[in-house]
Order: sequence, then structure tokens, then C-alpha cells
Amino acid sequence: MFKIVSKQKLAPKEFDFWVEAPRIANHAKAGQFVVLRVNDNGERIPLTIADYNKEKGLIRLIFQVVGKTTATLSGLNVGDAIQDISGPLGTPSEVEKYGTVLMVGGGVGIAALYPIIKALKEAGNKVITILGGRTSSLVIMKEECKEYSDELIITTDDGSEGMKGVVTQAMEMLVKQRGEKIDRCWCIGPSIMMKFGTKAAKELGLPIWVSLNPLMVDGTGMCGCCRVTVDGKIFFACVDGPEFDGHKVNWDEFMNRLRQYKDEEKISMEKYEAEVGEPTWL
Amino acid sequence: MAVTFSKQKTPIKEQDPQVRRSNFGEVCLGYTLEEGKIEAGRCLQCKTKPCVNGCPVKIDIPAFIKCIREDDMAGAAAIMDRYTNLPAVCGRVCPQESQCEGLCTVGKMKDYEPVSIGKLERLVADWKYAQKDLAPKAYEGEKKGRVAVVGSGPSSLTVAGDLAKMGYEVKIFEALHAAGGVLIYGIPEFRLPKKIVKMEIESMQKLGVDIETNVVVGKTITMQEIMIEYDACYIAVGAGAPHFQGVPGTTLNGVYSASEYLTRINLMHGYEFPKFDTPAKKAHKVVVIGGGNVAMDAARSAKRLGAEEVTVVYRRSLKELPARIEEYHHAVEEGIIFNWLTNPTEYVDNGEGKLKGVKVIKMELGEPDASGRRRPVPIEGSEYFIEADCAIEAIGQGANRVLLSTFPEMKLNKKGYIEADEKTGQTSVPGVFAGGDIVTGAATVILAMGAGKDAAVAIDKYITEKKAAK
Repeated sequence: MFKIVSKQKLAPKEFDFWVEAPRIANHAKAGQFVVLRVNDNGERIPLTIADYNKEKGLIRLIFQVVGKTTATLSGLNVGDAIQDISGPLGTPSEVEKYGTVLMVGGGVGIAALYPIIKALKEAGNKVITILGGRTSSLVIMKEECKEYSDELIITTDDGSEGMKGVVTQAMEMLVKQRGEKIDRCWCIGPSIMMKFGTKAAKELGLPIWVSLNPLMVDGTGMCGCCRVTVDGKIFFACVDGPEFDGHKVNWDEFMNRLRQYKDEEKISMEKYEAEVGEPTWL
Repeated sequence: MAVTFSKQKTPIKEQDPQVRRSNFGEVCLGYTLEEGKIEAGRCLQCKTKPCVNGCPVKIDIPAFIKCIREDDMAGAAAIMDRYTNLPAVCGRVCPQESQCEGLCTVGKMKDYEPVSIGKLERLVADWKYAQKDLAPKAYEGEKKGRVAVVGSGPSSLTVAGDLAKMGYEVKIFEALHAAGGVLIYGIPEFRLPKKIVKMEIESMQKLGVDIETNVVVGKTITMQEIMIEYDACYIAVGAGAPHFQGVPGTTLNGVYSASEYLTRINLMHGYEFPKFDTPAKKAHKVVVIGGGNVAMDAARSAKRLGAEEVTVVYRRSLKELPARIEEYHHAVEEGIIFNWLTNPTEYVDNGEGKLKGVKVIKMELGEPDASGRRRPVPIEGSEYFIEADCAIEAIGQGANRVLLSTFPEMKLNKKGYIEADEKTGQTSVPGVFAGGDIVTGAATVILAMGAGKDAAVAIDKYITEKKAAK
């Protein structure tokens, strides 16, 4: 059992937990994830390790409520425990001194981007970060990302904060208008954002790494549920990824596979709401 | 002396095929004590005991059968305990026809079936677990040393049980949330009920074996850490990485590896969705590719999930089918269709990213290949289409690299499996032993157990000698 030691709501439907998991904290690196199971009848879902504290033996999990499992998880409180957490899984980010790195994040993907921002900054890179969202309150972890970024640009669809528009416009602004020389780029967020972030990077001639979040079962290379096509070949995101060269990812296939259990996800959520009632805390 | 016993094995009760094809309850219902006694009466108690030679863990089969005959079930259980830590499992999933029963003297007589050794083993094991006062006792003396075991499948459970009995402190690290390895995630409930596996594991824990789940060795802890903390280590992580044939359409929705399909159903209880959260897709028409036990398990599971039509597509013929013959017969009884000498060439998209069907091609058998079996060759122009909304590839598994990639000191063979001594399991790294599928490639439960038995002896010797040298 893995005890929750702190809980915070970052935005509507987005939660921030610190959880006791000393073995995982001891080996976690930027870019890795865990697979967890909330309770005995639960499913196994992957969540990025947003941060970790080796000394205290804690890992940080930030997630958005998208279905029954995340709704159940969000209903747990400090002192409660998560039944199973396995990790750190996946291949860590390639953290080196590249020069200038451009970090693009959106939605709950910002939580996955944050540890990489931190690691790249600590490795001596100049870090420029773009965080985007529909509206200001949905752009999470601004202060924390700012702390490890040389520059932070916020974009919002409604113009409530920073640049009005989407992250790709900020990417273009940086490279085309300002002439910023970018050595490597990361983009993590909803799949549609990563797809278009990659498209923008291509037009701007930037190498871009994305972190894929397909469906997973075991998370250790045993089942192939998370297979993705990259450069025409099949890879398992859980062990070969989760990070891949965005230019080589077959995005349409990836997004199609994410929809595979839409009907069942709906059945699960309806059953949950019938049993627990509407999750008003979201 | 005239032989007076039945030529056939004593019949065993099974769930009716028409009923069982829509439930996950166990197919074989086992012998009663009475039936077991009658079957035990068919054993000749021959002096040569060929059956024992056929058993990878060398159970004294005639001895336990004699006990059954004499109403001494406790005696039978005690004999079995000396050789196997997983009798209830082996009695159910061992390929007895090619092992003990394949060599049985009775079976060698014209028109006679061999003694039903597997079913008798199961009877004794099930009887044992029904007795509350027969719980195994943990070793009480001073511990001889500390051994880490990576993985909790049949090979690991065997080595762990044997070492615990010898007086070692044994810790098993399991990557998943439940112990048992392939017995839990791979073999379906209708062939091996999970409560049986749980009983075998609990009995192991009573011997003092400590099991920690959610530990992915190589990730959660490293081999280097294990080697500092323990006197020796046994690696039996199985052959867990599924292969795909790689034909076009493999990433369509509706195409699965058997590993995923079965893990969803067995480990995650997908057949009980939405009571359990992990869904197992209900399909109408299912094509299973492969001819091993895993293919049979996948096909029969698909039927139980409600598929109207399940077709197994195998590139060789019935004669070469690697599955246990009992599993094949059960599959046929349940209405599974077999297309022999057939191989998929493409998974066809319905236009929305979902599987519409499988393009297959007829094969013929050519010259023998490296395995000695005749190699299937496609017959040009013989393609046809099988409608399906679910396709499951059960074409074998390879070595999982998660642990091995973090342990470069470990010498591997050409196929990526661990190179280990056949008799002892000793690897290229002193103090590290290995066995089961991660050494042999995908094989059987009992072979993995045999490797565990040998390794337990070798590990005891290694630690004893190391401590004496100090």
C-alpha cells in the first residue's frame, strides 16, 4: 500500500498527490512513469512521475480526471493509500547539455514536462518554456516551471493570460520573429497538441521529442497494448518510450488506439456515478 | 496373473461443453476419492517406474499411487511434498501425455490407456488443501543465508519453497500486483482456477517465503542492490515479451497479442467487467493465430466472452500442433473452428481504424527446418478472407529486456535468453542463478519447476561453500 501524504487541487479535475513510495523515489528519473491500481477491482493505469524526493521517499503524481479510475483516485485523501504502484517505468528522458531547449506543454502534460524542464536546466541548458491552455486557470504549475526556465511564455485560447492563441503560435514567434536558435524541443500534452506541436516543429526545422500516453496494462513490455508505430516500426511505449521522436510517430494511428475502449470507459463511469453519486469535488 | 482392471482411464467428470463454453469455471471437475482409488488400482506398481523418469521433478509416482489405493491420502500428500511445491497446478497443466503417462507401463500394453497420473496428482493436492491441519511448517532453526528470487512464476515458487525448507530466508520480488506469474496472468481460470494458485502460494508463505509485489527488478530495485543484500539470487522472469508477426494492420483496434488478451481476462478479471474495471472486448468473430496452449487458451476464452465464431489459424497441421492434446479436444468440443495450414497476411481496416477481418493464405509443408518440423510454405494465389472483429496473435514470446538491459554483466545467448548451466542454473555472474522460460524460451510449467529444483540444490551448495570459505 502506498500512502498519500499530501493532496492539492490544481485546476478543475486536476489533482496533485505526494505518495510514499521509497523504492520508486530512489530510482526515478525525469521522463519516467508509474503504473498504479487504486483498489482491488481496479485497472492498471500509467501516470507520469511529476517529481520525486529521494530523501523523504516520496513521488508526486499529477493527474486529470478522465474516467472512473482517475475519479476514484481523486476521491482519495491524505492518509488513504493507493493499492499498487509499480515503477519507475519506461526509459528516462535523454538529458544532456544541448544548448537551448524549447519545452512545450499543455493540459496535464505539463506535469510530465516539469521534471524534464528541471533536469535539463540542471544539466546547464538554456530553457525556454511555453505552457498553453484554454484559459489561465487551466495552465498548471506555472510558478514551478518558471523556477527552472530562463523564459516562460503562457498562451491561452481566450487571452486570459499571456499570449492569446495556441502553443504553436508561440513556437513560431520564438523561432521566426525572434530568431531564437533552438537545439532540441520537447512537447507534452494532449495528443492533438503533440501532433500539431510536431507539425510546427517540422516547419520550423526543430527536432522534437514527445511523451506518448497510450493505454497500458502491465507497463513492463509484457502485453503490447501500448504499441505505437514510430518510423514505420512497432515499439512498446512502456519500455521503448514513453518518449519518441515526434516527427516519426504515426499520430493518427496513435489517437485511434487511444479511443479503443471509449464505450467501456463510458459504462464504467456511469456505473461509478450510479454507485458513488456525481463526483462533486471535481 | 490375468489383468482385470479397465483398459480405459477411469472417466472423470467435466463440465458439459455446451454449458462451459459460456462460463469461466473449471472444465475438469476432478476425481472423487472413490474414483481415485479405482484409478489408482490400475497402476501395476512396476519395478522399473518409467513414469518417474518422465517427470521433470522426479515425483515417486508409484509410491503416492499406492497410498491412494490404501486410503492413505496423508501419506500420498507427504510423498508428493518431497518433490513438488505446486502439485495442484501440475496435476492440472502438465503435459502428462508426453511425460509420466507417456511412459507408463500400462499404456504400453495393447489397447490400454496409461494410468491417469495427472488427475491422481490433482486429487491428492486438492485433498491436501482441504485439510486444515496439514499446513506446512516454517523452518525454525538459524537461517543459513538470504536468497532473492526475481519473478514469482512456477520456477521461482519451486526454488523459493525448496530453499525455505532447507532453512534459507527467501524473498520473492514480483513485478505485477499479484504473485504467480504465468499461472495468474496467462493460464485461464477454466484450466487453472486462481484460488488453486493462491492456495499453493499461501502454502509457500507458510513455509516462510516472503513475497513483495510491485517490484520491477532493474527498475524499482537494481540487480546490483540485490547482490549486495543477498547471498545469492535466482532469476526466473519468464519469456514475457510478445512477438507479433508484423503483417500490415497489426496496430488496428481489435488486434491483440495473446499476452494482452489473456492478461486482461486472467490477471485483471476482464471477463467480469464492469465489476472489475479492466474491460475485455466482447467480439462477434474472433481469429486466433497460433497452435500452442496459449492459442487454445485465447480461443476458448474468446468463446466464453460470447464470441459466436472463433477460428484458430495455424500454419502447420494437426499433427504438428504444439498444444496439449487435451486442450485441443476441449477446444473442439467447445466449437472452436480450426483452419490448418493457414497463415495471416494482413489485418484489414474497416475504414475507421477497427479490424474488419483477416486476410490469410494457405500453406503447404516443405523441407524440415531447424526445429526438425517441416517448414510451412505459402501457396501462391490461395489467399482468402475471414471476417473478424478481433484477432489474437499467439505466436510465441521472447525475452523481456527490462531486467536484462540493466544488467550487462549477464551473458545471454543468441536469442537473448540467459545463458545458464543446464544442471545448476549457474549464470555467468557468480551467485546469480537462472531458470525457466528466461533460459529456455517459452516452455512448460513443469520444466520451469524442474529448473527451480536443480537450482535450489545448487544455490544451497554455493552459499554453504562460500560461507565455509570465509
